Amino acid sequence: MQNRKTAAAIAVAVAVSLGASACSGGDSGSDANGGGGNAKADAALTSIVNTTDKKGGTVTYEHSSGPDSLDPGNTYYGWVQNFSRLYARSLVTFKPAAGKESLQVVPDLATSLGKASPDAKTWTYTIRKGVKFEDGTEITSKDVKYAVERSNFAPEALSNGPTYFKAYLEGGDKYKGPYKDKSAGGLKSIETPDDHTIVFKLNKPFADMDYLAAFSQTAPVPQKADTGASYVQKMVSSGPYKFSAYDESKGATLVRNPEWDPKTDPIRKALPDKIELKLNVNPTTVDDHLLNDVSTADVAGTGLQSKTQPKVLVKGSEKAKTDNPYAGALQYMALNVNVKPFDNVECRKAVQYAVDKQSLIDSIGGSVKGDPASTVIPPTVAGYKKFDLYPSAGSKGDVAKAKEHLTKCGQPKGFKTTLTARSDRPDEITAATQLQGSLKAIGITAEIKQFPSDKYFTDFAGVPAWVHKNNAGMMMMQWGADWPTGFGFLDQIVNGSAIKPSGGTNLMELNDKVVNDLLVKGIGTVDTTARNAAWGEVDQKVMENASLVPLVYRKNLLYRPDSAANVTVTDAYLGMYDYVLMTSTK
Amino acid sequence: MAAYIIRRVFAAVLLLLVVSAVTFAIFFLVPRLGGQTLDSMAAQYVGKSPDPDVIAAVKKNLGLDQPLYMQYWNFVKGIVVGAEYQFGPDPVTCNAPCFGYSFKTHTEIWPQLVDRVPVTLSLAVGAAVIWVVSGVAIGVLSALKRGSFFDRLSMGVALAGVSLPMFFTGLVVLALFGNGEYVPFADDPIAWAGSLVLPWCTLALLYSALYARLTRAGMLETMGEDYIRTARAKGLKERKVVVKHGLRSALTPLVTIFGMDFALLLGGAVITERVFSFQGLGAFAIQGVTTADLPKVMGVTLVAAFFIVICNLLVDLVYAAIDPRVRLS
Amino acid sequence: MSDAIKKDSPAADTVPAPRSGDGKEFLSVRNLSVHFDTDDGLVKSVDGVSFDLKAGQTLGIVGESGSGKSVTSLGIMGLHTSERARIGGEIWLDGEELIGAGPERVRALRGQKMAMIFQDPLSALHPYYSIGAQIVEAHRVHNKVDKKTAKKRAIEMLDRVGIPEPHRRYEDYPHQFSGGMRQRAMIAMALVNNPQLLIADEPTTALDVTVQAQILDLIRDLQKEFGSAVVMITHDLGVVAEIADNLLVMYAGRCIERGSAEKVFYEPQHPYTWGLLGSMPRIDREQTERLIPVKGSPPSLINVPSGCAFHPRCPYADVPPDNITRTERPELQQVSDGHYSACHMSREQRDRIWTEEIAPKL
Repeated sequence: MQNRKTAAAIAVAVAVSLGASACSGGDSGSDANGGGGNAKADAALTSIVNTTDKKGGTVTYEHSSGPDSLDPGNTYYGWVQNFSRLYARSLVTFKPAAGKESLQVVPDLATSLGKASPDAKTWTYTIRKGVKFEDGTEITSKDVKYAVERSNFAPEALSNGPTYFKAYLEGGDKYKGPYKDKSAGGLKSIETPDDHTIVFKLNKPFADMDYLAAFSQTAPVPQKADTGASYVQKMVSSGPYKFSAYDESKGATLVRNPEWDPKTDPIRKALPDKIELKLNVNPTTVDDHLLNDVSTADVAGTGLQSKTQPKVLVKGSEKAKTDNPYAGALQYMALNVNVKPFDNVECRKAVQYAVDKQSLIDSIGGSVKGDPASTVIPPTVAGYKKFDLYPSAGSKGDVAKAKEHLTKCGQPKGFKTTLTARSDRPDEITAATQLQGSLKAIGITAEIKQFPSDKYFTDFAGVPAWVHKNNAGMMMMQWGADWPTGFGFLDQIVNGSAIKPSGGTNLMELNDKVVNDLLVKGIGTVDTTARNAAWGEVDQKVMENASLVPLVYRKNLLYRPDSAANVTVTDAYLGMYDYVLMTSTK
Repeated sequence: MAAYIIRRVFAAVLLLLVVSAVTFAIFFLVPRLGGQTLDSMAAQYVGKSPDPDVIAAVKKNLGLDQPLYMQYWNFVKGIVVGAEYQFGPDPVTCNAPCFGYSFKTHTEIWPQLVDRVPVTLSLAVGAAVIWVVSGVAIGVLSALKRGSFFDRLSMGVALAGVSLPMFFTGLVVLALFGNGEYVPFADDPIAWAGSLVLPWCTLALLYSALYARLTRAGMLETMGEDYIRTARAKGLKERKVVVKHGLRSALTPLVTIFGMDFALLLGGAVITERVFSFQGLGAFAIQGVTTADLPKVMGVTLVAAFFIVICNLLVDLVYAAIDPRVRLS
Repeated sequence: MSDAIKKDSPAADTVPAPRSGDGKEFLSVRNLSVHFDTDDGLVKSVDGVSFDLKAGQTLGIVGESGSGKSVTSLGIMGLHTSERARIGGEIWLDGEELIGAGPERVRALRGQKMAMIFQDPLSALHPYYSIGAQIVEAHRVHNKVDKKTAKKRAIEMLDRVGIPEPHRRYEDYPHQFSGGMRQRAMIAMALVNNPQLLIADEPTTALDVTVQAQILDLIRDLQKEFGSAVVMITHDLGVVAEIADNLLVMYAGRCIERGSAEKVFYEPQHPYTWGLLGSMPRIDREQTERLIPVKGSPPSLINVPSGCAFHPRCPYADVPPDNITRTERPELQQVSDGHYSACHMSREQRDRIWTEEIAPKL
């Protein structure tokens, strides 16, 4: 008797909870908010979805943790570079447009792209007149110079961002930064002959300068308002929005900047009235809010969590709201050329053929996660050339060819080695396990050793001494470029100069003179077409060297709620949505 | 009595010093055992692929290149008299108590701690009220109606409540009801309570179940004591016997347990805060740990230790007030 | 009870009942049975006990553990609160029947007309409340008086039971008293409302021998002063010899011998009583003789032995003919005026065994 009553009570409770969750999940199907429901899946890859010209609305961005900093001069995250364009105008930026156009660099604060000297060592930009900070003062070239000085040369205060300017500007290794060097002239290699002209003097030819100029580090910062690490709490906006609230762990609110003059800004429409950024939101909640149309986008831009993806992909109406762009990232395996027997190219080629890339992709979640890769440069990076030196049917690998090369390198029975991977990246572990199986089929026994991401490069895989000592011939790796050109992608991973005693990212320790020279020559080539062709050449040479085993061109599964408008994917920022365009119908 | 309090305060300060020293040691020494160098440690606080100048600057600025005891001494000094540091064009004064600045964002820790204490406090106090009242009430009723359907049902639910992990119940509650953001009490008391109802109930469910079981066990034991029989023999009404004679004794061990539970919760209801996206001490602790941000971790640890010490002292005092056999001479 | 103390206003929750004068039965128990319905079976703790008690008299109830003595007294007080208890028979207190009276009525009488003191005063008193507070509570349950008056009364009682400096000790807690003082305090608490019936359940078992005597004296004095009826429960015949007027011997939940103390002590008419007397240490006995304990252990109260419950341990079980001790339960039979015994042996047989075999050894 007691049991029956208890069972009935449980049944009722289960029914109620199922009913409730069904109710909470199903609301997004209605078209009551007018319009977003007709686009198909992947529409935002090639077009702008849910177009509108209406001013107004509040865009709500959510993030499951937070940025390294919202200060445009103190960040390395792609999404902050994208997002900061709302309050920080850099010299040039990527065109807010759909499809391939999104890779195009267009002038923003500057009147046109940089003018290069013939040797590509001197670059001049002209700043628009009449552009004002939120406090009404006009923006001058000095503000841009100061922004570069503080972001690259003051690691005692701002240490998060990239230091390319420091690497390429003449005298960059000697300048102590604006907080220590209080001289009026500052860094001599950035000249400001007048209020609207800025000249960069580089220490070597660098034809990708416009891409550096697109970094948020060139967004102007008024010196008198700069307090170093705490500037982020009271930033002075140069864009269409300014901060009305900021909290390091909770987020920020952006409202319209009345000093922004649309006449000076051909690329921004600034439709929303308000932008809310919410940080440290439980990741499950982030996805739920998207599915229930409570927020506009997951600002991190890496897409839905693995556990949410199946939920969305099975329902046709939900799948229509997803976009599956390339993330501008390559998942690969590095074969260290200084660890035997990978010093022999034939052994490396054997691995190239042995790998079953299709099964690997299946094991990490299927085609949603990416496509089998055969080149170093992924498809959405300028300079991508399509080729496959180690082809196999269906990208499943070719065991016969693999064994052939294994015999050629003197290891017909295979050998033992160590494969490193990052313990807190489940996909990487799954992939490594899958590879272990592929390699076993040709006799290579790979023992997997796991390490946490934050120490992977500083203590293990990125430390040649450790790698040699521990026979780590194979290392899992994933790489996205700091700017979307072949050089931006390749330089840090295949250039001999990128090998460091610790923290290096050229895990293969590839130091091929031909490759190094090609890279130097390419970056000095001012002509864009020729330059891009050079990258393809480098790619090919690296693949011939066979020390880099490309696995997957990674993809993200993004979701656009019904209320999101002007939604399109920008390939320039690792395949996330363009936040300059994005607005909301709410 | 005053002497007793002074002794306890002194012991508390000593304890906090020990806790801070141990935390310091764990933070710095344990990674060394795993092969971390000073450089790779400094590299945690910069962007990816940093150049050596950046690492050197970070090392110097965060004081990582100083000997451990020096760093610790500076830390303690900061708490007592304040400190000065510079992360920009001008030096900044950090007034006492100065818990240092975040290794990652260079913002002062103390104001952030102060900001978060009300959140965690709201969460803890509200949940505590709910779980004590409900847990004790159910426990008493179950004990009095031992063996009845009510007793079996409530103890069954209690078993489930104790066994279900917080992140499960929290996620289920989230899935069923969604959640709003925390609203400070000062802004809007009603919205404040509204935003907290779900986390309160989720947190309270776990503890309420535990307390129901404890109260029931305590009541059953107490109600079998001889003095209960004496109370009845005096002709007292049963209700008075249960409450004045029974409950009073049964609750005494719960005081100690509650003190501990509440103190630990004040240090940050980590899982609850994470599930409901609340920015309390628990969330702060998680952020500190995942970003290897020592000052954040130290700050939360010390605050938590402080609460535990205070609550222990209060429990001891309350216990002495309740049970005359324990009284201080 | 003493008229001098009548200045208290009458308790609000008692119905004035007729007081019985000396000579009339104040407490009359008829065929009391207390059974417990347990998972192992029906436990017959008390199975048909009857006795009478006059005001001013003391009845001693003796027996081993498990004989049912405490259960009987708790039954009189109405303290069997378990749902599994089944109470039968009649209890007449001052002309009022209690078993049929309903729990609320009995509660009103508890602590007021009838009171009880227990074996271990340390566990029987609440550790968290002062002695004074507990006595005041006992008083205010049955008397609508203010705190000050109740406090005065409590201090008065503490003084009466011989506790020195009662004003100071009023605030002390039970653990701050010595064993003997604690028991006195409990007696004070029990008598604070001048009950006409006092039941003392092994009041001296937990105390030193020297203190025992003091407590017994106290009880006797109070009884003389207030004229109350006293039931003294014990397993120790030495205690009972001091103060009981009448004795009731219990075994396996039933009364097996009943009579005046003198008769039961000097002319015991039941083998179990002989055993009790034999196992009683006495100063005047020769040291060389060992105590004669009663062989065996107390019987199960679920499966009481057939016939005479004592037969498995009785050395004389075969004396009565036809195996009757194993098949038929002996009823209480009158031996002489007021003296009853439940035994199958004849009077002559018992007399002979007593005179020849038992008495010389004692």
